[in-house]
Amino acid sequence: MTYLLRTAAAAAAFAVGILGPARAEDLQTYSVTLKNHRFTPTEIHVPTGKPFFVSIKNLDDTAEEFEMHAPAIEKVIPPGEEGKARIRPLGPGRFPFFGDYHQDTAQGVIVSE
Amino acid sequence: MLGALIIVFREVIEAGIIVGIVMAVTKGLRGSRLMAGAGVAAGVLGAGLVAAFAGVIAETLNGFGQELFNAAILSLAVCMLAWHNIWMASHGRELAAEARKLGQEVRSGARSLVALAIVIAVAVMREGSEVALFLYSLVAAGGATARDLVIGSLLGLVAGVAVSAVTYFGLVTIPARRLFAVTSALITFLAAGLASQAVSFLQQAGFVSAWRWGDTAWDTSAILSDTSLFGRVLHTLVGYADQPSVLQVVVYAGTLATIFALSKAFAPRAVARPPEAPAPQRG
Repeated sequence: MTYLLRTAAAAAAFAVGILGPARAEDLQTYSVTLKNHRFTPTEIHVPTGKPFFVSIKNLDDTAEEFEMHAPAIEKVIPPGEEGKARIRPLGPGRFPFFGDYHQDTAQGVIVSE
Repeated sequence: MLGALIIVFREVIEAGIIVGIVMAVTKGLRGSRLMAGAGVAAGVLGAGLVAAFAGVIAETLNGFGQELFNAAILSLAVCMLAWHNIWMASHGRELAAEARKLGQEVRSGARSLVALAIVIAVAVMREGSEVALFLYSLVAAGGATARDLVIGSLLGLVAGVAVSAVTYFGLVTIPARRLFAVTSALITFLAAGLASQAVSFLQQAGFVSAWRWGDTAWDTSAILSDTSLFGRVLHTLVGYADQPSVLQVVVYAGTLATIFALSKAFAPRAVARPPEAPAPQRG
């Protein structure tokens, strides 16, 4: 049990060490809504090199998982709920996002420029 | 149908490979099958609860409850894996001696088994809750396409279990005297990968965004995309990410170094033994 405690203590100290610099950010938020398993708008334009939030409002009556491969984001948005995800600074380019549970229709792209 | 197959397959292998490794690690320990079964059962139950209360979890903590919940249970799994490895490093020899003496009755292995059952439960709960939400959204949609998708999901489940079984049988064919070293290394990398995933969730919630911690460290998606099947398997096994953030890389390396150093520190001092002495029999 001492090993467990020591390991936990080490992990906690490590976590506090890295979480120390955490602070609330006041970032630009871009909103999309999901209705009939489609995003509106399907394109978000963001400035290159700045982190931002994407806010997803799910107006469908089933859950959706907002997902991006690059950078990796996965966030379940329950029906009727709104969820936010912080996106790291992007280089110039197009970064697709989609609804994991309805990939046929729920598609969109973040355009960084 | 193919889409559903792929989604379920992906979630099942992510949990299944972890279950396969843990089962190979504990093979032969008394009660290990019961523990693995209990871990899977607890994970399935947990997955149902997480899916059912997805709304409540999502709403808490300013809308970032989901990320913190995922990061917390991933961290728990990391601690359990670390503890198991350190415990095995310090008791491995005596365990092997005891195993020879008492056959399969390794009573002192029980505590370590509980830690690994927790790891299994966490893996199954995390991936299972996503499958549950996905399946629910299919069933809610109804109609012929839904039936098609449910069939796809079932095929995905079967294929995922098959890949997990290959992991397990691949590992257990490793000679017993090598298995300990192989599984110790696997568990260390597995833990580092889970720690890196926990960081990814925290950063998605906007935590630890000071300095450049959240920036992309490098991009190897052109060489190996982590959405390809091989990339996915590597993601689960060793935490491969094609575009990790700076903090993910730091935490990954830190977890590897910490577990390695603690395992060394707690290992009994090597006693000079004749070269023909049998090596520890299991890991």
